Amino acid sequence: MSDDLITKNMKKINTKIISSRQIKVRKAQLQEEIRNFDTSIFIDLGELAIFTGKVIKQFFKPPFEHKEIIKQGFLLGNKSLSLVSVTGFIMGLVLTMQMNPILTDFGAQTLLPGVIAIAMIRELGPVITGLICAGKISSGIGAEIAAMTVTEQIDAMEVSGTRPLGFVVSTRVLASTIVVPILVIFADAFSFLGAYLAINIFSDMSSTLFINNAFGMLSFKDLIPATVKTFFFGFFIGLIGCYKGYNAKLGTESVGYAANSAVVASSLTVFVIDLIFVLIINIL
Amino acid sequence: MRMEKEEVIVVKNLYKSFLDKVILNGIDLKLHRGENLGIMGKSGIGKSVLAKCIVRLIEPDSGEINVLGKDVLACNDTELDDIRKKVGYLFQGGALYDSMSVRENLLFPIRRTQFVDKKHDSQELVERSLASVGLLDVIDKMPSELSGGMRKRVALARTLILRPEIILYDEPTTGLDAVTSGEISELIIKIREEYNTASIIITHDVKCAKIATDRISIMENGVFMVEGTYNELVHSDRKEIRDYFI
Repeated sequence: MSDDLITKNMKKINTKIISSRQIKVRKAQLQEEIRNFDTSIFIDLGELAIFTGKVIKQFFKPPFEHKEIIKQGFLLGNKSLSLVSVTGFIMGLVLTMQMNPILTDFGAQTLLPGVIAIAMIRELGPVITGLICAGKISSGIGAEIAAMTVTEQIDAMEVSGTRPLGFVVSTRVLASTIVVPILVIFADAFSFLGAYLAINIFSDMSSTLFINNAFGMLSFKDLIPATVKTFFFGFFIGLIGCYKGYNAKLGTESVGYAANSAVVASSLTVFVIDLIFVLIINIL
Repeated sequence: MRMEKEEVIVVKNLYKSFLDKVILNGIDLKLHRGENLGIMGKSGIGKSVLAKCIVRLIEPDSGEINVLGKDVLACNDTELDDIRKKVGYLFQGGALYDSMSVRENLLFPIRRTQFVDKKHDSQELVERSLASVGLLDVIDKMPSELSGGMRKRVALARTLILRPEIILYDEPTTGLDAVTSGEISELIIKIREEYNTASIIITHDVKCAKIATDRISIMENGVFMVEGTYNELVHSDRKEIRDYFI
């Protein structure tokens, strides 16, 4: 065998050894990552549960911050109202334009307002508003509280015995719990407006007939669970934003991380709560 | 017989690690009533960690912390709040609440702790606190409108509002020009006289250490390696100690 060939083969063997070593190292890294991922989720959930308990306890501890709840409610609601209304309007408009040809084919065009009303009130209105609020409210709260943590404002409250959980966190969680259902009502109302407009593009329907058809198909079975779940959406959107902000590490990059992870976690939570409610309603 | 001054803070054998890095390695500390104790040491050595452990903003791994006769580590939340009201803490960056005006910043701890009942009394307290740091004219300004030195002084006024018996100053003069840092150091002395407080002053600033402290402890490797007055340490035989005062 020539020297060149030996060198070539040696190189091949070395490459194989290196790559098998790399695979082993990568495998170990992956195993470690999987272990860390699993535990970090459980640790996060455990800490969130403890945090939730502490926040709920603060709801009943004086001094009660009515003014701060109203202020935060106004800020959170004001920030999201236009976005939620426009989205609701477009959803109603688009859904009607999509459904109209199908229902027309079946000769059931008169059912259109009722179908839109059920779809919007039972599912689309709350979930889409929930997702928008996860993006606007949860990230806003997460970033704000993270900035307060980074600049030691939370520590300053803690150290003067003023309980930041009561003033900063519980007020925002309560405000979000109240505001999100109100925003859902706005989204639903604007979606009706969009649907009414879309129907009148294709045909002619009076507002009275539209309202009669829409609300005629709705029952309390549609309204009550849909309303109740929006309170849960609001509670968890506020809570997760506060949790992520409150537990931000020192350093400015943690503000962005808190906002980002608050959006991801609260969006996911919106879907999970929705699923739980659907399962409960189906069982009942 | 000489009367021993009352000990307001006693720390014994305190340990704190972050992951595998030992920050506090069995540190001991005593602070007497009316005394200003300076703590010096290199950056990242654990001076602020020690101060935060004293008020339990950071939980130590083991050891004893006694503040105003109470075992801080054995306190429940309510007892801890009571102790914290008596211990003021001036943060490095001031930590003023950005969303509140100076007046609201000072009113906030009064209102939340129900320190005084009447609205009139709390307004008077706010004005008196701001007057004692010489900043009554900024009462309705927002923190973003204030300079670094002003922010520190307003933060100090907020610390004073609950009439603390002890104040922990975390780098009170960092980031300030020589004149302003001198003013802050003088203010620390004035506050001790006016409010009869005991203080721990964490600082790198030699001028501040000279003006504001009665005794200085130098921290290294998680313990205090030497203690003495400014003059004793400046004229120490050991070069590594004199180096801190260059």
